[in-house]
Amino acid sequence: MSQHRRVVVTGVGVVAPGGVTRAQFWDTLTAGRTATRKITFFDAAKFRSRVAAEADFDPVAAGLTAQEIRRADRYVQFGLACAAEALADSGLVLDEQTLDNTGVVMGSAVGGTMALEDEYVAVSNTGREWLVDHTYAGPFLYQALVPSSLAADIAHRYGTHGPTQVVSTGCTSGIDAIGYAWHLVQDGEADVIIAGASDSPISPVTVSSFDAIKATTPENDDPAHASRPFDRTRKGFVMGEGGAVLILEELGHALRRGAKVYCEVTGYASRSNGFHMTGLRPDGLEMSEAIRVSLDQGRTNPTDVGYICAHGSGTKQNDRHETAAFKRALGDHAYRTPVSSIKSMIGHSLGAIGAIEMAACALTIDNNVVPPTANWSERDPECDLDYTPVTAREKKVDVALSVGSGFGGFQSAMVFSRLKEAA
Amino acid sequence: MTRAVITGIGVVAPSGIGADAHWKSVLDGASKLGRITRFDPSSYPVTLAGEVPEFDVEDYVTARLKVATDRWTWHGFAATREALDDSGIDLSTVDPYDAAVALASSSGGNEFGQGELQTLWAEPDGKVSVYQSIAWFYAASVGQISILHQLKGQCSVLVAETAGGLDSFAQATRTIRRGTKVVLAGGTEAPLSPYALTCQLSTRRLSTSADPATAYQPFSVGAQGYVAAEGGAVLLVEDLDHARDRGADVYGEVLGWAATHDGRATRPGDGGSAEQYERAMRVALERAGRSASDVDVVFPDAVGVPAADLVEATAIRAVFGDVPVTTQKAQLGRMYQGGAAVDVTTALQAMRYDTLPATHGLGDIAPGCELNFVREATPRHVDVAVVNARGYDGYNTSLVIGRYEG
Repeated sequence: MSQHRRVVVTGVGVVAPGGVTRAQFWDTLTAGRTATRKITFFDAAKFRSRVAAEADFDPVAAGLTAQEIRRADRYVQFGLACAAEALADSGLVLDEQTLDNTGVVMGSAVGGTMALEDEYVAVSNTGREWLVDHTYAGPFLYQALVPSSLAADIAHRYGTHGPTQVVSTGCTSGIDAIGYAWHLVQDGEADVIIAGASDSPISPVTVSSFDAIKATTPENDDPAHASRPFDRTRKGFVMGEGGAVLILEELGHALRRGAKVYCEVTGYASRSNGFHMTGLRPDGLEMSEAIRVSLDQGRTNPTDVGYICAHGSGTKQNDRHETAAFKRALGDHAYRTPVSSIKSMIGHSLGAIGAIEMAACALTIDNNVVPPTANWSERDPECDLDYTPVTAREKKVDVALSVGSGFGGFQSAMVFSRLKEAA
Repeated sequence: MTRAVITGIGVVAPSGIGADAHWKSVLDGASKLGRITRFDPSSYPVTLAGEVPEFDVEDYVTARLKVATDRWTWHGFAATREALDDSGIDLSTVDPYDAAVALASSSGGNEFGQGELQTLWAEPDGKVSVYQSIAWFYAASVGQISILHQLKGQCSVLVAETAGGLDSFAQATRTIRRGTKVVLAGGTEAPLSPYALTCQLSTRRLSTSADPATAYQPFSVGAQGYVAAEGGAVLLVEDLDHARDRGADVYGEVLGWAATHDGRATRPGDGGSAEQYERAMRVALERAGRSASDVDVVFPDAVGVPAADLVEATAIRAVFGDVPVTTQKAQLGRMYQGGAAVDVTTALQAMRYDTLPATHGLGDIAPGCELNFVREATPRHVDVAVVNARGYDGYNTSLVIGRYEG
């Protein structure tokens, strides 16, 4: 892979439940605080799962203009806020030449479904009409239909002219979008990419969708402890929302301007299980293959992995599946490596969470603190690794691995490494 | 560097099912636009569309899979089968990790999703079905196709409105250059449900004419927007050595591409950035190692919105001068990401049959939109073709494909 350019992370922006900035996000994680609660966005009484991790997001406080707020669905607003924070963090000056070589690559699993559902209710008169009444539609409905709006709105705000894309591979969208961006910078198609993901899926149609297949937890009485990844008593995932943006930058470009470097992107791979849209075989074979390939790309030994930011959704099958994948890919080293699921605290924000987890990996390497798995108390015989229960842990982490697993059978892995001197 | 070639074509579009049906329709030139039959369009300002002719997805997949998927995925199933058959590949000879699918989709499972929204909202205790979570989202087609054909390598789902249909060929090539042997690329769409049409109306870029002959007239004085269509194409992109080893019939090679962004929103009266669109074409040529004078034909985006057509014609002239330009968008309708993949198909067929197909739907050319339009099917040796696509809200992609001399 020596023909490829090296790529580093030089800025991080986050919108997450429990606190909507990078600093608040990191505080939530390292305090082991859970942000899951009873759904407040709508009356969820008729649904099986009625808890979620909602973000207390104020678009005005996040600096969005009145027109951006009118035009952009909630997930796009998250994206704009994350991009602003990440760019400010990076210190990048977007001059004419930089704008031509700066792209935007964002992931989203369900895009504008929140706006699409709201508008649907109006134009269909609450589901009465199949031939919906278009005269009741809002002026920005097309932007809700096409998730390309997410990356486009960020490009509009900053006037970027580089390659622009939305990657939508369901729950691996966040990792896959950053992976796509990584390839673009590696290949010289761009020098800088505003890369990340966002989703705002806490709406009736999405809650009902996961209810129907019993993927989300039915335990509604104790929302703060509803998300229990890797715990024997886990009952399903808790939906979340949010976003994260990383500034990916060609190494030389970052060094020349004296940028702070969080870490280097040293590996990314995605494999599909070819098995089932929602089911996982317990052996974790394809995820372990994605991990193996992503480690190989950076010539990283499995024993160098210092932290695994797990998918850890908290469904029975997922946590067993990925535990098997970690053991298959890392061997005995899997038992010696701290693993955690931040979904225990901020829920599962579908396509967004992969990018939020990569933000967590960058902050882990930067701060030498491993975030915990909240709510873990009972060991599952099939999940027998070190899940960093309840309390964050100080540890120097030079290599952080993160994985995602999603509907469609997609299994993605990404590796962030502390920057070593340019070879 | 590893070279990527195209060895299989699958079309499911208003032009027909399969590569041959498509090429026959394109040469024939008869309009495939008509009054919408998928639902009664009487109450909508837009009543025309391009629909895929009757086909039974159960010829391609099981009844069980049919009920779990949207029409857009049915188009994907059929186009994939056609492409694989056309390529002659035996996928059992390929390591599943060396095979992948990278398709584009603008809007997911519209008709299925509208039905589920209705179920959810029409009754107080309404709930969606078990298939909603896997049929509506944008990755549904790629996930299902990867499972059906055991394509377990690096898969992708791209959403860049119309331009993503070309980006998928770039992504397929990037993936092949990283070691994957075969990648299905392209995209399909099914934007003709009442709610999806309502969403499209908000751009005010669709033609409200009810006359199929004049509704969609790109670059013309009578241009008044586009006519939407369903369908698209899936093509097999393959590592050249792999294709050669199995004796594959090669349509053409992916030589280069570039994607740029206007950096501003699409607004009424603003046709986008000629500068950024031009840059996409120039950079694509540079990466392809070709000059503008090497190019034998250009397939434009041809959206039929006057301001956008003017920007497009200006940019194409600036890069290519009087290169032959042809488009069948007005004949078949605008299939969004699917349409870009159909244009790649037409370009490869022009190469294969040494024929430039005629441009459809031109009236009197609008001032500033003068280009060297191919007026009737013309014998011509085609070595290099450029296919362009522009997505709503500022996306530009240019793809350069070339004849492969074995």
